[in-house]
Amino acid sequence: MSIAIISIITFLPLAGSFLLLFIPGEKKDLHRLIALLFSLITFSLSIVLFIHFDSSKAEPQMVEKSAWLGYGINYHVGIDGLSLLLVLLSTFLFPIAILSGWRYIDQRVKEYHIFLLFLETGIIGVFVSLNLFLFYVFWEVMLIPMYFLIGIWGGPRRIYATIKFVIFTMFGSLLMLVAIFTLYSFYYKATGVYSFEISDLTKLILLPKVQTWLFLAFALAFAIKVPLFPFHTWLPDAHVEAPTAGSVILAAILLKMGVYGFLRLAMPLFPQALAQFTPLLMILSLIGIIYGGCMALIQKDVKSLVAYSSVSHMGLIMLALFALNQEGLEGSILQMINHGLSTGALFLIVGILYERAHTRLIKDYGGVSRQMPVLAAFFLVCMLSSIGLPGLNGFVGEILCLFGVFQSYKIMAYLAVTTVILAAAYLLWMYQRVMHGPIIHEHVRSFKDLNLREILYLAPIVVLMFWIGIYPNFFLRKMDASVNFLLQKIEEKQKYFGLEMEPHKWRLIKPDLSEKEQSNPKENVSRPALAFREIFAGDDKKP
Amino acid sequence: MSEYFWLIPLFPAASSFILVIFGRWLPKKYVSVQAPLAVLLSFIFGLASFLKIYPRGLGHEAAGLSKTLFSWIHSGSFQIDFTFWFDQLTAVMVLVVSGVGFIIHVYSIGYMAEDRSYTRYFSLLNLFTFAMLLLVMAGNMVLMFVGWEGVGLCSYLLIGFWFERPSAASAGKKAFIVNRIGDAAFLLGLFFLLFNFKTASFPEINRALTDGRISSSLATLIALLFFAGATGKSAQIPLYVWLPDAMEGPTPVSALIHAATMVTAGVYMVSRLNVLYSYSGIAAEVVAIIGALTAVYAGTIALTQFDIKRVLAYSTISQIGYMFLGCGVGAFAAGMFHLYTHAFFKSLLFLAAGSVMHALSGELDMRRMGGLKKHLPITYSTFLIGAITIAGVPFFSGFFSKDAILTQCYAQGKYFLWLLGLTGAIITAFYMFRLIFLTFHGQERFSAEIRHHLHESPPVMTIPLIILAFFSIIAGYIGLPVVFGHDLNFFERFLEPVIIRAYETHLSLGIEWLLIIISSVIAFVGIFLAYVFYLKSPHLPHQLASRFPGVYRLLFNKYYVDEIYNILFVKPLVKGSEMVYYNFDLPIIDGAVNGSAKTVSFFGRILSLVQSGLIRDYALVFILGVAIILGLILF
Repeated sequence: MSIAIISIITFLPLAGSFLLLFIPGEKKDLHRLIALLFSLITFSLSIVLFIHFDSSKAEPQMVEKSAWLGYGINYHVGIDGLSLLLVLLSTFLFPIAILSGWRYIDQRVKEYHIFLLFLETGIIGVFVSLNLFLFYVFWEVMLIPMYFLIGIWGGPRRIYATIKFVIFTMFGSLLMLVAIFTLYSFYYKATGVYSFEISDLTKLILLPKVQTWLFLAFALAFAIKVPLFPFHTWLPDAHVEAPTAGSVILAAILLKMGVYGFLRLAMPLFPQALAQFTPLLMILSLIGIIYGGCMALIQKDVKSLVAYSSVSHMGLIMLALFALNQEGLEGSILQMINHGLSTGALFLIVGILYERAHTRLIKDYGGVSRQMPVLAAFFLVCMLSSIGLPGLNGFVGEILCLFGVFQSYKIMAYLAVTTVILAAAYLLWMYQRVMHGPIIHEHVRSFKDLNLREILYLAPIVVLMFWIGIYPNFFLRKMDASVNFLLQKIEEKQKYFGLEMEPHKWRLIKPDLSEKEQSNPKENVSRPALAFREIFAGDDKKP
Repeated sequence: MSEYFWLIPLFPAASSFILVIFGRWLPKKYVSVQAPLAVLLSFIFGLASFLKIYPRGLGHEAAGLSKTLFSWIHSGSFQIDFTFWFDQLTAVMVLVVSGVGFIIHVYSIGYMAEDRSYTRYFSLLNLFTFAMLLLVMAGNMVLMFVGWEGVGLCSYLLIGFWFERPSAASAGKKAFIVNRIGDAAFLLGLFFLLFNFKTASFPEINRALTDGRISSSLATLIALLFFAGATGKSAQIPLYVWLPDAMEGPTPVSALIHAATMVTAGVYMVSRLNVLYSYSGIAAEVVAIIGALTAVYAGTIALTQFDIKRVLAYSTISQIGYMFLGCGVGAFAAGMFHLYTHAFFKSLLFLAAGSVMHALSGELDMRRMGGLKKHLPITYSTFLIGAITIAGVPFFSGFFSKDAILTQCYAQGKYFLWLLGLTGAIITAFYMFRLIFLTFHGQERFSAEIRHHLHESPPVMTIPLIILAFFSIIAGYIGLPVVFGHDLNFFERFLEPVIIRAYETHLSLGIEWLLIIISSVIAFVGIFLAYVFYLKSPHLPHQLASRFPGVYRLLFNKYYVDEIYNILFVKPLVKGSEMVYYNFDLPIIDGAVNGSAKTVSFFGRILSLVQSGLIRDYALVFILGVAIILGLILF
């Protein structure tokens, strides 16, 4: 495609937020409208992207690359089967998030929308970056608007929650930064070329010991983001305090970045370390599944219930990732989308209830169904999607994830299947206490059913839930090539340190299959031909 | 028409969809036409498809109509298509589900006439029918699982239909969660199946088994996991606990759950996988034993209950036990036959019970009934036919199907199971006639107020009763036992192509006759005992209860199983989670996070003391430093 569609999609929201800067704050509706418009155009452009996406290609496409700061820091973006759906999910959810706060957000409307659009750019940027430096920039930039969204428009404990969220995440990402520069310096030592390009860096084959440390740094940053047990405690706090749109974006998209980081970086960069840490990570994921489910069961606050259910669901997504097979990976990616839809929708619904009752405690509700039948129907479908009822999206992702895990590690699958029961238990119990039974609190009687705006933003989500549930192939086919390519890459690299490798003669870096590069010259015209140099233990100090 | 057989489940689906989306604008009259009509269309298409495969079916040819609508989930080795399948087994199920389902729909028009959520009710009833039709027409196990979960969902929604009642909401939730426990096992079975067979489609599963590619231990494992799922869906030991509570739903829903949809799903699934179950002797054995035990166990609970619907609920659990017993001893056709006859008489019994409730303004307790015979003549006579049929009185349909199962038990030499079956039969006859006598005979024990309102149900309810009663009587004649002549068992011959004959056994005609006579006598003994206890000398039950108070209380409280499950599973899960949350998640995990933040700020504060801002402090530190350095250099 000749036009730089990815850049447009990425920066259009930012342009929108600039525009908002120049509009006086009193014109609240104009702010809302412009923000909505920009997010809608972004979404429609991402549909164009989706249509033009060539699912037979494994490597990033619609690539845009230009030098930026030098020293290998390039502006390099593109999209492949791993990121396509996540970009689409993000652009899909932003108009919805903006609509969700249409009436409720009445203070600092201008700033609110500026931050939301700013956040959208940051999020899309993370998913499309192909340069590690650029990735890091977006990764960190995204925290700023989120910090303010929770800190300004959040609940009573918003300052505590937002600082916890930012510091927790920062802590992980700073370690990642160190690892990124270490990796960068290794690459320079090996080739004499500065590069932050992910595609270059993945060609490095690092010694297992080195991999271990770098992997840990990356993995920690991502595990906090997911969040993997035991790094999950920022999540309930942030969710409970965040405004509806913040919770939706947080749960539906930000959490996915952790998983995406594993997919895009940690797994292909450090396959040996991955193999080494797979048991640990899987056990943590598994604990997350069961632990998150049990914690969700006893929450008194609807939002923190959904937050813990996210811990449980994300655990399954991570577990399937580490199964390292096509079913698991595709299930995992699809389940990210599903979780984004179902949990996003659940937060929207909680937000709708909150706007009416100004409480999130389960015990303050009861009998809402009679008062709000339309909401009850939407709530039901979204809950069932989260439970994984066949016919809806959650099932397809869940069964692929579980089957992927089953193929690789049977015992893990036996235990992970409990999520089927737990999810039904905590969600149905919550639904019963909120929606069913007689009306015990008088304020429930004053609840008005959904208005058109609310129906308008919930309905597309529900349609997608059915669509993915009934015809998932439409989405699965987009990822086949990239997923298989990733698996192949990991497998090739894992084979490299086989038994024949002599441990004392530890080579730091080894050329990868550079013939492949040459056969595809179009791609690296801008890059000098890679001349790999072997570095031996004697030549270099241990990192 | 039969080439469009794949439309069968789509009619109710479409109808349900319309009712959900546009329901609030549709007049009640329209709803009353559309919903039953959709199911009737399914029935007509089912009948056409049945006629299409019928002539072929009687031969030995496996005749299946198959239609792949689209590819559903494809990822790596996970290749599942959206395929509908229609063979002899499906035909039986489709006709039962849509036929009985249609009658229940019609009956509901009268029964639910006054309900304010009339449209929601019919949309769910349609959805339920759709899910069940999907289940029986699925061409592979994964698609079957969609229907399998779908009926679970519908039962949740319909049991909790009157969700303002906390008990109804709880019962719905309980049904769903208990079913989910079975479904988790089902899923694992599915994974083993997909992993080892590389397919989930039924013909290929059978092929893999007959090729001998699968070890029998693996087959056993898979079969048992699926059966664990079936104990949930079909309410067998140990997962039957949801069904008695399911009475919270509207009565026609109970009829639908118990007769046409849902609980028969497990039996259908086991019959569908008859090759697998026959392949694994152990799994079949387990199925038979669980079935027989459930048949007796549930019957004993029914003996002491006073809630008219609860008695029927336990009788369903018990009758489904018979079906599993049949499947377990290799008589899949007999199991399916019992499913088919049971569909008529059980829906009859429930709808008739509904008619009683309708007449008594919702009364369920038999202790406040009695003497209704003359007030509700049609309800009484149809109820009586139902009771006679389920009790196993000769020449009614239930007799033939139950006898086919018991005969097969005996023929297999499983005398213990046969005895259990007979015990169950006598119990069944007893509690059914206890119900009849308490409800319709004896003194009138209801209030004058209710007596004033007492009325026979309208024709829209009684005509379905009469139709079902008619079929309860005659349905058995398509599956006559061998003593009446060879080749009279059309039912078994029709199913022959899809059901393997695991065991070829021949009993002499004399023994066959003897078995039939024993079962008949058993039925009459049960009825006679009920007569003695509840009509002739009504004080006897009390005496018995006070003679054996422990036993009585145990039965009356349903062996305390709900309480035991609560103590063993529910309480520990909730209390344990709470303990972990308050003692581990908050103070330790989150505490560590906040603790590390506090540690940092603590050291920060200590170090900040150095930055006092006072020149003399800095000068002091400066001088001390100089002194120390000088000292180090000089000495």
